[in-house]
Amino acid sequence: MSSDSGGEYWKANIRLVLGCLVVWFIVSYGCGILLAPALNSIHILGGYPLGFWFAQQGSIYTFVVLIFFYAWRMNQLDKKFGVQED
Amino acid sequence: MSLQLMTYLVVGATFALYIFIAIKARAATTGEFYVAGKGVHPVLNGMATGADWMSAASFISMAGLIAFKGYDASVFLMGWTGGYCLLAMLLAPYLRKYGKFTVPEFIGDRYYSNIARVVAVICLITASLTYVIGQMKGIGVAFSRFLELPFNVGLGVGMVIVFIYAVLGGMKGVTYTQIAQYCVLIFAYTVPAVFISLHLTGTAIPQLGLGAHMGGDPNNMFLLDKLDKTLVDLGFHEYTLQKGNTLNIFLYTLSLMIGTAGLPHVITRFFTVPKVKDARSSVGWSLVFIAILYTTAPAVGAMARLNLMETIRPTSGANAGQWLKYDERPEWFKNWEKTGLLKFEDKNGDGMIQYVGKGNKDFENEMVKVDRDIMVLANPEIAKLPNWVIALVAAGGIAAALSTAAGLLLAISSSISHDLLKGILMPDMSDKAELMAGRIAMTGAICVAGYFGMHPPGFAAQVVALAFGLAASSIFPALMMGIFVKRVNNIGAVLGMLSGLGITLVYIFWFKGWFFVPGTAMAANTPDNWFLGIAPEAFGAVGALVNFVVAYVISGITPAPPEHIQHLVEDIRVPGVVRR
Repeated sequence: MSSDSGGEYWKANIRLVLGCLVVWFIVSYGCGILLAPALNSIHILGGYPLGFWFAQQGSIYTFVVLIFFYAWRMNQLDKKFGVQED
Repeated sequence: MSLQLMTYLVVGATFALYIFIAIKARAATTGEFYVAGKGVHPVLNGMATGADWMSAASFISMAGLIAFKGYDASVFLMGWTGGYCLLAMLLAPYLRKYGKFTVPEFIGDRYYSNIARVVAVICLITASLTYVIGQMKGIGVAFSRFLELPFNVGLGVGMVIVFIYAVLGGMKGVTYTQIAQYCVLIFAYTVPAVFISLHLTGTAIPQLGLGAHMGGDPNNMFLLDKLDKTLVDLGFHEYTLQKGNTLNIFLYTLSLMIGTAGLPHVITRFFTVPKVKDARSSVGWSLVFIAILYTTAPAVGAMARLNLMETIRPTSGANAGQWLKYDERPEWFKNWEKTGLLKFEDKNGDGMIQYVGKGNKDFENEMVKVDRDIMVLANPEIAKLPNWVIALVAAGGIAAALSTAAGLLLAISSSISHDLLKGILMPDMSDKAELMAGRIAMTGAICVAGYFGMHPPGFAAQVVALAFGLAASSIFPALMMGIFVKRVNNIGAVLGMLSGLGITLVYIFWFKGWFFVPGTAMAANTPDNWFLGIAPEAFGAVGALVNFVVAYVISGITPAPPEHIQHLVEDIRVPGVVRR
């Protein structure tokens, strides 16, 4: 793997994916499950208990944003390292 | 116009549209048949994926599940959406770069092993076939309930429609009909939800209505607080609070996420876009279209539950605090009683309906059966919406079932014609012969699915767990390691898949009977017997972990993959061409 041009690109990619997956984990397994009982004492958007909101609404919105953020950053990385198609 | 005539018109019009599209989008080559010629726009592919993914279960059953399970149903909401993050970041762009036609094909090539490919084909066919049986049943039910046709006739009509557009058009025809089906199903789902949200909270957006005050008046309680209070007063568990074991909820969510990312009929959809870049954004668009339904469903569930409770025991108005008299029950109640999905037994003989939870000491529960499927289907009637909305819901349910069935049937037929026949048994087959084989395999798959739809095996309800368990424990880890861990070799991958699959199957069969044969379960399927409280449906995540560990360890002590495989992995890791 040392000589091929993918080395640095691949490392940057892995860092990006790990960062995104940390957020993915925090909103669903963190806020939506493990911390949900504690967060439920806070209310948002009117009458939503926060933990319940993350589990049934917020985590899904975050997933959507995450994927588009990942796609946008990856397209930048492709160009930076000159590995894009065509 | 009568409801039945209206339903025939609406459903008939959608069918005419599907067939019109099918004729326009015939497949002429294997490339078009398997991956729609790789020419589908990423946003349109997102819509098609939405329809492909959202089945009769998502459309009909999920909101009902949420209505009765409350917070604990969040596992489905997070599990069936969070998987798309894994798909976008770990699988879809790389598999698109590889640029072949099927999932088992990648596994076979990457692990330079026909055994790996066959294992993948078997997992794919089992997972997809079990899934498609449920869709066929859904089509039959929708027809018989709304069009009052006999179940088998309805199923037959559904089979003919799928046959026309899937066999003729392959992936190309399926893709364009799925786009139309998405529009039908999302419209049918959101219209009643908007009406009901307006009615209860004065807010047109159901996602906001769920957090709003009752009647939109700040002096009233919040809808969710009201629902919690109503339920607790009658001896049910709080709607917004967790009831189940945390470890189980955690693993259940994880299993559904990994399973979602590993389901071949979903992965294949991302083979149809022109570029790697498109595959990344297309997963995002898929989730946008899916999220519209998945964030509406919690509102539909909670509002439907509240409406049901208020119908049986109003908390305001002239009859506040009084149970509904059985003789005064509304029309929709009578209609659903006829179907057997709603059942009342007057246990104390007072002529009134007592609907209470286990915590209530004063009454026995007299609503012996409230099927969760009623919630979406009866919602428009409960909310007294016009007939065209009810007709639309019928068309939406049928669209959801048809689109998922077509995607699954396509995955099955391409793994037979492309992986088994062309890939292993008859490598010399011409493109034309393979296309014909694909069409014959598709016809066969439709017949098998139709047969099981008419004679559902007793375990029909259990098999969805099997589909996700298989995908999570075998296919997802094999694909992910194939891309991210260069060192994993043929022996490691095959043993990993078999051990992950094995332990998951044994755990499911242990509690549900060997091959679901009744009476062969080793222990009763109750939380007390489960290992650490983990439900069989939630065990796929454990199977996946076993798969990862076994594959990694075995690969470490056996020879590294040959050089051309290492190059293959380097190639799929970058969107463009690798210069060596």
